[in-house]
Amino acid sequence: MNGNATAASGSFAGAIAWSVSRDLRLALRHPDETLLTVAFFALVASLFPLAIGPEPQLLARIGPGIIWVAALLAAFLALPSLFAGDYADGTLEQMVLSPHPSFGWALGKALGHWLVTGLPLVILSPLIGLQFGLPPDALLVQALSLALGTPLLSLLGGACAALSLGARGGGTLLAVLALPLFVPVLIFGSGATEAQATGIPPEAHLSLLAAGLLLALVAVPFAIVAALKIAVD
Amino acid sequence: MNLWWKSAADFWAMGGAGYFVWMSYGALLLAVVIELIGLALRRRRALAAIEEERELEAEN
Amino acid sequence: MNWFYYASPATFYGLAGRLAPYFFLLAAVLTGWGLYLGMLVAPTDAQQGEVYRVIYIHVPAAWMSMFLYFIMACYGALTLIFNTRLSGMMARAIAPTGAMFTFIALWTGAFWGKPTWGAYWVWDARLTSELVLLFLYFGFIALANAFEDPRRGDRAAALLAVIGVVNLPIIYFSVKWWNTLHQGASVSFKGTSMHVTMFTAMLVMSAAAWMYAIAVTLVRVRSIILERERRAQWVREAVKA
Repeated sequence: MNGNATAASGSFAGAIAWSVSRDLRLALRHPDETLLTVAFFALVASLFPLAIGPEPQLLARIGPGIIWVAALLAAFLALPSLFAGDYADGTLEQMVLSPHPSFGWALGKALGHWLVTGLPLVILSPLIGLQFGLPPDALLVQALSLALGTPLLSLLGGACAALSLGARGGGTLLAVLALPLFVPVLIFGSGATEAQATGIPPEAHLSLLAAGLLLALVAVPFAIVAALKIAVD
Repeated sequence: MNLWWKSAADFWAMGGAGYFVWMSYGALLLAVVIELIGLALRRRRALAAIEEERELEAEN
Repeated sequence: MNWFYYASPATFYGLAGRLAPYFFLLAAVLTGWGLYLGMLVAPTDAQQGEVYRVIYIHVPAAWMSMFLYFIMACYGALTLIFNTRLSGMMARAIAPTGAMFTFIALWTGAFWGKPTWGAYWVWDARLTSELVLLFLYFGFIALANAFEDPRRGDRAAALLAVIGVVNLPIIYFSVKWWNTLHQGASVSFKGTSMHVTMFTAMLVMSAAAWMYAIAVTLVRVRSIILERERRAQWVREAVKA
């Protein structure tokens, strides 16, 4: 596998492709984690009607927010293991110390995390939205906002996961680091669906999410690489 | 400069908002006292650790 | 003057010890002056009544909570760029005081909000961002202490502070956006026109908060230096029993 790394990660695109395909292959070999994330997402979202009551109007009102909070927690689930395996077996050290573009590699790791945990949520979200009685156009906006927002969660969460590599406190520490940074994503993401549901055009929310995603795509991989360099130092 | 208050009781009552004002100022006082005690304890612990280290070395 | 001379923990330990008492003294004098002006001389606020006097600690605490996070991030940047040891210790020394001021800003905001808004907690944009800031401080402190190797904790927490300071304006903007969209609390803490004495008192109290923060940071960084360098020869000489 390490020989493979040297061969494929010479270029920027190669580095992305290599780390994405590697993580995807690992995920396909053990699909449990993806399935668990999806199940967790559906489960958390289903707990709220049970706790609050089945009143349709209330559920339609709070549905967008609940789906986003559930997505936030689900995206967070797989974060502790994002770099843990590579850290333990020494791949991380090789990647960081090698002359290959680590920016692309870090971007690929975040993208891999999104494909395994974020994308399934985007696909599943209309079903959960139906449970909350959201109208069809709101379901579409919901999926769109998740499609723009969950990659942001993967990037920001990836930086926090890299920072807390080898730290005491594991998942709890990671939650305290990552969740405050997720606040803007949560606000614009759930705001988009809510705006649509109350008759306000959701474009402003969605374009802010898109702008945030573009910014994060350029900036956050640098932070991930810096954090990984600290970790293997 | 003239004082705003007519009496000490006036001052403590704060125009009926005494509870809210003094709860705020009291919290600040408490936080500062806790921080200063914490600082003193931390310094004492650091010095004790140095002493311990020195004694360990003297034994060897 | 050689700036790097004082960047060595050994020399800074002595300097901090010499400076701290002056800053404590300044903090005490300024607090006395500020409280005299604000609590005894300043007139009442026409709209809010006497409860407005919380402003003399609420606003300085809120300012300090943000300034201190920014300064912490600056020390973090120094740690990451120059890999200086002292900057990491300074960032660690600032964090608890920053968290303290954030907590005070939240607490006084709640006790000001109750008579003004009718509720202890309102999801006001400023209070909500302040709450997120408190979590950012907690994250910094937790991450800095989460590693066996303190230098590793310094560097990881430094990067987190830099990420946090880039995110703070975005968080504030998003919370403000969310707040206006939901037409939440729109009562402003600022009166229409502030009496000169009120404004002076607030500035004096802010200066006092600065001096206090500097004094406490200097004392705390001295303990941190001792903890780190307890095996060094200069420490043995500096704290001869």
